[in-house]
Amino acid sequence: MGDTLIDLKNIVKTYYGAGEPVYALRSISLQVFNGEMLAIMGPSGSGKSTLMNLLGCLDKPDSGRYIFAGQNVMELGRDQLAHLRNKLIGFVFQNFNLLGRATALENVCLPLIYAGVPGKTRDKRGMEMLRLVGLEGREHHLPRQLSGGQQQRVAIARALINQPGLLLADEPTGALDTRTSIEIMSLLQQLHEKQGLSVAIVTHEPDIALYCQRIIRLSDGQIVSEEIVPEPHQAQVQAR
Amino acid sequence: MDMDLLAALQMAWRSLLVNKMRSILTMLGIIIGVGAVIAMVALSQGATAGITDRISSMGSNLLTISPGGSSGPIRGTGGAQLTMDDVKAISSLPLVKYVAPEASMNNATVAVGSNTWTADVDGTVPDLQAIKNWPTDRGAFFDQSDIDNMTTVAVLGQTVVTNLFPGTANPLGKNVRINGLDFTVIGVLTAKGAGGMGNDQDNIIYVPLSTVQQRLLGSRNVRMLNVQAESQDALTPLQDYITTLLRQRHRLANQAADDFRIQNMTQVLSTIEDTTKIMTFLLGGIAAVSLLVGGIGIMNIMLVSVTERTREIGIRMAIGATTQAILTQFLIEALLLSLIGGIIGVILGWGASQLLGMLAGWKMVVVPWLVAVAMGFSLLVGLFFGYYPARKAANSNPIEALRFE
Repeated sequence: MGDTLIDLKNIVKTYYGAGEPVYALRSISLQVFNGEMLAIMGPSGSGKSTLMNLLGCLDKPDSGRYIFAGQNVMELGRDQLAHLRNKLIGFVFQNFNLLGRATALENVCLPLIYAGVPGKTRDKRGMEMLRLVGLEGREHHLPRQLSGGQQQRVAIARALINQPGLLLADEPTGALDTRTSIEIMSLLQQLHEKQGLSVAIVTHEPDIALYCQRIIRLSDGQIVSEEIVPEPHQAQVQAR
Repeated sequence: MDMDLLAALQMAWRSLLVNKMRSILTMLGIIIGVGAVIAMVALSQGATAGITDRISSMGSNLLTISPGGSSGPIRGTGGAQLTMDDVKAISSLPLVKYVAPEASMNNATVAVGSNTWTADVDGTVPDLQAIKNWPTDRGAFFDQSDIDNMTTVAVLGQTVVTNLFPGTANPLGKNVRINGLDFTVIGVLTAKGAGGMGNDQDNIIYVPLSTVQQRLLGSRNVRMLNVQAESQDALTPLQDYITTLLRQRHRLANQAADDFRIQNMTQVLSTIEDTTKIMTFLLGGIAAVSLLVGGIGIMNIMLVSVTERTREIGIRMAIGATTQAILTQFLIEALLLSLIGGIIGVILGWGASQLLGMLAGWKMVVVPWLVAVAMGFSLLVGLFFGYYPARKAANSNPIEALRFE
C-alpha cells in the first residue's frame, strides 16, 4: 500500500437536534492509503453515512484531526471544501444523482465547469471519460433514456473526470440488480487496478465488500473491526 | 478556478427552457411593467411635443394684447378699447420687431354665389404673415398699399378654399362675399393644421385691417394686437414697457387694474410643458409600480424553483460548486428573465405607443434614454428580487440538499 491519503484521528461528530443529541461518530481513527480499495460496512444508524460525508468533505467533524492529501480539513472554509471536493473527490451515489435535464456528456462535464475548464476541453475530456466507462455513443442521451447500470457509469465518469485522489461510493450497487452490480464493481476494480485510484465504498452488502482489499465495520459510531481481505473477489463480467 | 460566464449563461438558459410556460408567466410582470413605462412616457412626451408644435406655430417670441382687464368686461366688448393710436405708440417702443393688430369677425358667414360657409374674418396688416411665419401656397399676402387704399382683397386659409371653392383648381381672382361686400381673392395660405386649443387655424380669411374697420365693423379699434419681440429675452422687458405705456395712455390711476391683457406665449408654453412633465412622471411612476410588482413575481417563482431544485443544488455542491457559483447561477436566471421580459416589454411598449400615436394623431417618440432607463430598471428589479432566492440556494447545506426528495 502507498502513502496515507486520508488520516483521521479521534474524530467526533454529534448532531444536536430538537431532542437528545445524536452521537453519530464517537472517536474514529482511520487511515486511507493511496491506491487502496476500502469497504465501510455497518448497520443503519452505525454512523457510516456520517463518516462518508466527512470523508467526502461535505461536512466537518466537531473535533479530532483530519488530514486529506496533506491538507488540514479542520481549517478549511466552505468554499475551500468545495474546491477540494471538486479536485480531489469523486462521488458515486446509490441513486446516481445525475441532473435529469442534462445529457450524459453534460453530466460528466459538470465538475469541469466548476473547475473553470473551457468549453471545448470539457467536451473532449467528457467524451474520453464516457469511452473509459464504456458509454461511447450514449453521450447525448438523457439519464432517463439510460438503464440503471448505464446511469451509474455516467456517475462514475463524472466522479473521475477531474482525476480525483479518492472515489467515494455510497451504496453504488444499492439500486442495481445482481448482474449489473457485478458489472459496476468490475468497472471500479479495473479503475482501481489500472489507474491506481483510491476507492472507498460504503455498503451493507457483504458480497460487495468482498471486492475490496480492506473492510472497516462500524457500530454505534465506532470502528468495531477491521479486516484485510486476503484475496478480494474478482468481478467475472468484463466491462464493455 | 471559478466557472466561466458563458457556461453559467448556458446553464441558466437551459433551466428557463425547461419550464417555458412558467418562465413566460414570470416575465409577464416585467413585460407589462416595461411596456407600460415606455408607452406612458412616450404618450405624454408625444402630447407635449404636439402641443408645443401647435403653440409655436402661432408665432415665436409673441405677446398678444387684448382690451379689457382680467376682472373687467370680456375682451373686445365695451369698456376700454385698443385704438390705432395705441398700436402706433407700441410700434415705436424699443425691442419690438413686428406689430400686427387684428380686427376680427368670428364665425362670419361668407359666400361664393349660393355656396356659403362660416369662417373667421380677420382684418390685419402684412406683418402678421411674418409673425406667424405663414407662407402663401398661391398668390400673395396683401401689402401696405392695400391697407392705405382700403382695398377689398382677401387671403384664404385652406379650409375656406376647400369649402367655398370645391373642385376649383385656382380661386385667385374670384370674388368672396363677406357681409354684403365682395372681396377679390389674391392669395391662398399653406395648410397649418390645428391650433393650440385644437381649433382649425386654416378656417380663416385675412383682409386688410382698414377695410374691416371702416367698411365692415365701423370702428377704428382693434380686437387684438400681436407684438413680436426681437428675442426671447426681450419678452419680459417689452411686456413691462407695453404695460407702462398703455396705463399712461389709458390714464389709469395707480391702484386701478389694467384695462388690457398681455399674454406671453412663451410663458403659456412653459406652463404647458411643466404640466406635461408632471404628467410624464406620474404616468411613468404608475407604470414603474407595475414593474416592481413584476419583480415580486420573479422572486416568488425563483423561490419555488430553488426549493424544487434542492437536490440539483446538492449535487452541484458535492461536485465542487462554490457558494458563489450557485449564487451566480440563480442570479443569472433572474437577470435573464428580467432582461428578456424587458426586451419584449420595450418592443410591445413601442408598438403600443405608435398605435396610440396613430389614433391620437401625435408623433410618438420613444427616445433611447427611455429605453435604457426602462431596461436598466427592469434589470435592477431582477437583481434585487433574484438575490434573496439565489442567496437561499447558495446557503443550502449540501448533505441535506442531497437527501432532499
